[in-house]
Amino acid sequence: MVSPAHFIALSVILFVIGAVGVLVRRNAIVVFMCVELMLNAANLAFVTFARMHNALNGQIIAFFVMVVAAAEVVVGLAILTSIFRARRSASVDDANLMKY
Amino acid sequence: MLLAGPAAETARLTTFWILAIVSVAAALGMVLARRAVHCAVLLAVVMLSLAVFYAMLGAPFLAFVQVIVYTGAVLMLFLFVLMIVGITAADSIIETIRGQRLWATLVGIGVLVLLSLAIGHAVIGPAAPNSAKFSSANVSALATLLFTKYVYPFEITSALLITAAVGAMVLAHRERTTPKPTQKQLAAGRIAGGHPTPLPGPGTYAQHNAVDMPALLPDGSQSELSVSQVLSGRSATAVKSAESSAAPELPSAQEQAPSHGRGGALASEGHVPDPYDGRGGPRPGQGREPEPPDGQEAGDR
Repeated sequence: MVSPAHFIALSVILFVIGAVGVLVRRNAIVVFMCVELMLNAANLAFVTFARMHNALNGQIIAFFVMVVAAAEVVVGLAILTSIFRARRSASVDDANLMKY
Repeated sequence: MLLAGPAAETARLTTFWILAIVSVAAALGMVLARRAVHCAVLLAVVMLSLAVFYAMLGAPFLAFVQVIVYTGAVLMLFLFVLMIVGITAADSIIETIRGQRLWATLVGIGVLVLLSLAIGHAVIGPAAPNSAKFSSANVSALATLLFTKYVYPFEITSALLITAAVGAMVLAHRERTTPKPTQKQLAAGRIAGGHPTPLPGPGTYAQHNAVDMPALLPDGSQSELSVSQVLSGRSATAVKSAESSAAPELPSAQEQAPSHGRGGALASEGHVPDPYDGRGGPRPGQGREPEPPDGQEAGDR
């Protein structure tokens, strides 16, 4: 039987993979994708908890997370394009002007 | 979707394990893939599997939103930006911070252990008994909740979306800092730039009529001017592969351009029949002596 614990475990694994991707990758777009993966893993946990507690609040939260993630992607990718225009690179190593 | 009975339970278990393995493998592939486009496609696989999980968990509305918003809109946005920005951006393997990968992996394992311990200590009960708001009445129940209890967050979301739209427009807008060049200045710059004629078209003498195939000059060499800068940034083009290989031999160039024995490359690749075979005439780009320009060359431009 598929219990909520299965889904929670899967969500943890996906979240950790996304976190490692954020730490390892240096292309800013791929870093964004890994952040999206982490948000999706959190959403899976929310939906599972909603099912577990027989309350729809978790699904509402997951819906809001999706909305915020969409807005975040739009702004983030716009920033990326403007950075790329300025320095012809999408690597996170090249945007280091504010480094002390 | 939420059927009862042992057969439905087995089906649900099978679906879960198949999609769990697929999604974890795709997520790992996304972290490990060198090219950003592959990452985007693998992320689409993860998101579609998650949509099925939502449907299994009694959230049909979120399953559809996941497909439409994430797989449809967000990933397409990623791919659009990749076309603009990241097409040259295959990640380099060289670490700029020493030991970054090792430490990142260790941190990942640490987070995994931490979360596993937390979840292991928590009591995760079984799923609640099935009710209508997790199947047929899901959308109306969600709407009721969204427009009563969560109406203020919902309204604030609209402000967020408008801010994001305006912000994206402002950030993506480019101010012209120099005056727009006139036609006269453009013409003068073109003459001064040393290449007054139009650039050669790609694939003119190539067997593949494609934009990533450089045109062959009369002496058989490849013209790098004929391929777009964006394409030559990718290592897949013939120009790049010819540059990266050894200069005297040019094995990859020979593979794609008809610069060696007659019909050899074509016969081995099994492509379209060579129109120059069996005519006795010299093949374009094959002879070492420069050929006089004829009408076909002008027409290809």
